[in-house]
Amino acid sequence: MNEPVIGILIVLGGLFSAVAGIGVLRLPDVLVRMHASTKAGTLGVGLIVLGTAFHFDGPLAVAKALLIVLFLLLTAPVGAHLIGRAAYRSGTPLWDGTVIDERERMRSGALPDERQPSSDDPNDQSGGIQ
Amino acid sequence: MDSFASFTDSTALDIATVLTLIGLVAASIRLYLGPSRSDRVVSLDLITVLLIAISSLAALRFDNAAFLDLGLTLALVGFLATVAFARYLESNPVDRTPPDDANDRSDA
Repeated sequence: MNEPVIGILIVLGGLFSAVAGIGVLRLPDVLVRMHASTKAGTLGVGLIVLGTAFHFDGPLAVAKALLIVLFLLLTAPVGAHLIGRAAYRSGTPLWDGTVIDERERMRSGALPDERQPSSDDPNDQSGGIQ
Repeated sequence: MDSFASFTDSTALDIATVLTLIGLVAASIRLYLGPSRSDRVVSLDLITVLLIAISSLAALRFDNAAFLDLGLTLALVGFLATVAFARYLESNPVDRTPPDDANDRSDA
């Protein structure tokens, strides 16, 4: 009775999981890769676990599955924020196509920077384009 | 649960397992390639999350809800591991570019 629902949910979740893995492999930059890992990964795994919740009858198993989904939704943003902040602060190189790096621009306002000849104009939005 | 026993060998379960394994293999390649420690932490985080999916699919395949306990434990431990790795990255900024050389961030 529930089998079509389970099938659709877990195949969709598997698609998102594959997209998350391929995104982490193919995207150019730590901060960009975290988009794939956090959003697509959480959605994919959440759909798969939700499909599993439809399969079992007992309330304990359903509660466990929903608890996994709830916990993933709670912890994924926190973990991604921590990793992103740590990656930026530890000086991981950014992608060449990064449009704006505001902390870098603040720093280069204090220090003269040859790469950005227009960085003395604080309203210049194209300062980080290379 | 006997009425759902036929689900344990359904095509959808096979497709979902293969797709999740594709994601796991891709994340493992990124874990191997790096290049920075932050990339490895991100891919380890994704691997933990995908292992929750694998354990959940194993609960479907073997029709055994005990695999959900494994998933719950992985979710808890994975979050703690992510927090610990983030603290480690932040406390040991080995690949930090020096402030005087901050214009050389582009060699990704």
